[in-house]
Amino acid sequence: MAVTQLVGAKIHRREDPRLITGHGHYVDDLTRQGTAYAHFVRSPLAHARIKSIDITDASKSPGVVGVYTARDFKGLLAGTHPAAPAFVAEKKFVPERFPIAEKEVTYQGEIVAAVLAETKSQAADAANLIQVEYQDLPAVMDLEKALQKGSPKSHVDGPDNVCWDFTYTGPEITEAAFKEADVVVKERILQNRLAPVPMEPRGVSADYEGFDKKLTIWMSSQNPHFIRLFVSGAMGLKESQVRVVSPDVGGGFGSKISPYPEDYLVPTLSRIAERPVKWTETRTESIQNATHGRGQFYDCEVAAKKDGTLLGMRVVQYVDVGAYHGTFGAFQPVACLMAGGAYKWKGISARTVGVLTNRVPTDPYRGAGRPEATHLVERMVDLVALELKMDPVAIRRKNFIQPEDFPFTQNFGLVVDSGDYDKALDKALQLIGYDELRKKQAELRKQGRYMGIGFSTWIELCGFGPSAATAPATGGIALVESAQVRVTPTGSVIVYTGTHSHGQGHETTFPQIVADQLGVPYESVELRHGDTAEGTAFGYGTYGSRSLAVGGVAISKAAGKVIDKGKKLAAHMLEAAEEDVVFEHGSFHVKGSPDKSKAFGEVAFASYGMNLPEGMEQGLEAVAYFDPPNLVWPFGTHIAVVEIDAETGAPLLTKYAAVDDCGNIINPMIVDGQIHGGIVQAIAQALYEEVVYDEDSGQLKTGTLIDYSMPTANEIPTILLDKTITPSPTNDLGVKGIGEAGTIAASAAVINAICDALSPLGIKHVDMPASPDKLWKMMKEARN
Amino acid sequence: MKHKVATTVNGRQHEHEVEPRLLLVHYLRDNLGLTGTHIGCDTSQCGACTILVDGKAVKSCTMFAVQAEGRSLVTIEGMAKGGELHPIQQAFWDEHGLQCGYCTPGFIMAAAYLLEQNPNPTEDEIRKGLEGNLCRCTGYVNIVKAVQSAAKTMSATPAKKATVTAGGN
Repeated sequence: MAVTQLVGAKIHRREDPRLITGHGHYVDDLTRQGTAYAHFVRSPLAHARIKSIDITDASKSPGVVGVYTARDFKGLLAGTHPAAPAFVAEKKFVPERFPIAEKEVTYQGEIVAAVLAETKSQAADAANLIQVEYQDLPAVMDLEKALQKGSPKSHVDGPDNVCWDFTYTGPEITEAAFKEADVVVKERILQNRLAPVPMEPRGVSADYEGFDKKLTIWMSSQNPHFIRLFVSGAMGLKESQVRVVSPDVGGGFGSKISPYPEDYLVPTLSRIAERPVKWTETRTESIQNATHGRGQFYDCEVAAKKDGTLLGMRVVQYVDVGAYHGTFGAFQPVACLMAGGAYKWKGISARTVGVLTNRVPTDPYRGAGRPEATHLVERMVDLVALELKMDPVAIRRKNFIQPEDFPFTQNFGLVVDSGDYDKALDKALQLIGYDELRKKQAELRKQGRYMGIGFSTWIELCGFGPSAATAPATGGIALVESAQVRVTPTGSVIVYTGTHSHGQGHETTFPQIVADQLGVPYESVELRHGDTAEGTAFGYGTYGSRSLAVGGVAISKAAGKVIDKGKKLAAHMLEAAEEDVVFEHGSFHVKGSPDKSKAFGEVAFASYGMNLPEGMEQGLEAVAYFDPPNLVWPFGTHIAVVEIDAETGAPLLTKYAAVDDCGNIINPMIVDGQIHGGIVQAIAQALYEEVVYDEDSGQLKTGTLIDYSMPTANEIPTILLDKTITPSPTNDLGVKGIGEAGTIAASAAVINAICDALSPLGIKHVDMPASPDKLWKMMKEARN
Repeated sequence: MKHKVATTVNGRQHEHEVEPRLLLVHYLRDNLGLTGTHIGCDTSQCGACTILVDGKAVKSCTMFAVQAEGRSLVTIEGMAKGGELHPIQQAFWDEHGLQCGYCTPGFIMAAAYLLEQNPNPTEDEIRKGLEGNLCRCTGYVNIVKAVQSAAKTMSATPAKKATVTAGGN
């Protein structure tokens, strides 16, 4: 059996049989005996004072167990919503947040009351009878106006609307670069606010057993251990008294990382009512309350030489924080640190401003900060190329960080571990047939047709992360990862990971790694995750393309420890010196005498017996933590081809090619799937999706999937994929991450293609979403 | 006031007293415990709750349970027979047509109806035929491949095709 038989192979997913037959277990599929159903009453206004709440009629409604307002939770929940420092060490104003509003509501959808009833419909009926009297307050919506002196405030008692204003590097750092410049291009680039829309909305089910003082929470979460930490703290319980189970989860995309008000309220309702309580989010509640992504704009200037050499960049990022600081809301400023992209710069100055508004909070959404960085730099580089009449390929090649430069310390001190950007670009040009496309474009232009080709030569930092960087960013807990590998007496293997799989296929890929390493059949390795009652002390969850590059490596380390112990025991069994025993293809043998061997299963069985070397404990299992020495740095080239209807402005994506490099690959089928999904999520941002609020009233106008237009299969072209493999030097598996790559890359490729298509009209920049009406208006104006 | 509803679901007969406002999807999930049919929106956009009603793909959130009176329904739980996956299920597995799996039952049921209507669809026809269903994970690439692959298998073995449309018996 070759050591790499499984790693690198297209192994079909283990999770699929249950999911394709309707036997998955998502949180709403589970109901405890005696469950009462919760329904939350939410503010219909973006900003208001709560004058009174009348629960008289609701309390008398059929089936009602109880009606509760903030007062009922005050003594039972302590503290405020956690706000991690992330990439902004100093904050100006972080509003306090209690899971249920008492005096003031600050976004449409904020909870003001809760109803518990015997059935879901009785709870909803009773909720309709609650009378809340509000006094309307002005809603803070526009970021620039919110920063002006005398602006209404998103929180009446706050000093102003500035959540943070943080300068990473001042303008002085770019002075020399801008002095040297032949050209300077400037642009304001918007990042539309997005709703993550995992197909499964959130849900929380809780059972507090008062006599045992034990709480079990079933919920749709990307990181159950963090939820245990936050909820136990708020409820005055010990972490050991709380178990969080995150069963099958129907997608997260970042929106199921941070704790939500319902995560505290539902368990507390169970405590109050002394019975299990369940709440399942509706889609409208989800779009209204699940954290949004992006919601930013950038003012950017780039200095370059006539020959296309990039010199300096000045960037100011404005982030719509929303009404409260999202737990990882200050992660988005990583866009500033990544603004240089795949290129060399003399200097980059960067400042981020976080603005509090009366919208739902923003938090990481697939890519989180890195799609924004790619979009920014790839747009700016194209603007420079346009100004200098250079081919977008030529300007990129001229400025790429070169293979011999790695490890490369970029402008903000981050060390890019590896890369070969030209190689991916070359392959992508070939895949899409670039030269032919340019010829075709010239022909079409003669016919008055608008076809464009757009590039995104993206890079990413992921695999969060090294303790030195991540412990300060979370406020103390390093985002390392833990794993436990347990071998049973009959030699089967149970692997526990602190990451969480919600579509990524860990139940398949992680056993691929372990089966290879231990030389045991793939079928005998089982992965367990998503239950804080199992496995190691703490798991760090799945986000930031970290599961393989951190969690997978931890698993491999734990398997290594199992082999080390096995070697000691095998040496004892073989009456050989430990240093003479080698482990290969699933058996331990004496160096030079392959016949003198013990199979892995024999050693496992013996480890539970009585004939052990002196001082050795029974059993064959190990726990390992992996603290990565650096982040990992995937990269690639995406090329989009778009044709815009001259009459209607409708953009049609006709071709899309992507060449990505995520280092060594465990399962190519899963990698391709991640890239496909990521690309389409970014195409969605570029062309279709935007959360829209009324700019005056703060009313959400896109609160259903009728108004929030996610693309269907019909809007998406065939996607061509290829890859290069540049193993990461950061970990022993040589792996990077691929969960977010497509989303990081694709919006820039699509928008660059649109801008290229419209360049004959003198249109230089188009913001997202590039909807037909927007393009039609721009084209009409340009023609006049 | 409750109403009686009698249906055949996956070949089994059921009879319940239900509120007239109860949606069919909630009846399937809460009364029959068939939780493979999922709910992904409130407005009949996402298609996660798609089932077959008398052989036709229907979003089960668009019907009241009482409207299913006398109808024959097939849900995702009725697709595999005797431990053998339906060719569409098999194709979703083989082609990696799912990731989180939440939209998958709806897609499989919509695909069953699509292939019943059009056994050899082009890629374009598949994309159009599935536009009533939303997926956030796959970018639809492998869903389309899965339906293409299932079409091939099913046209090669017409017996398998029959099991899709038999109403679950």
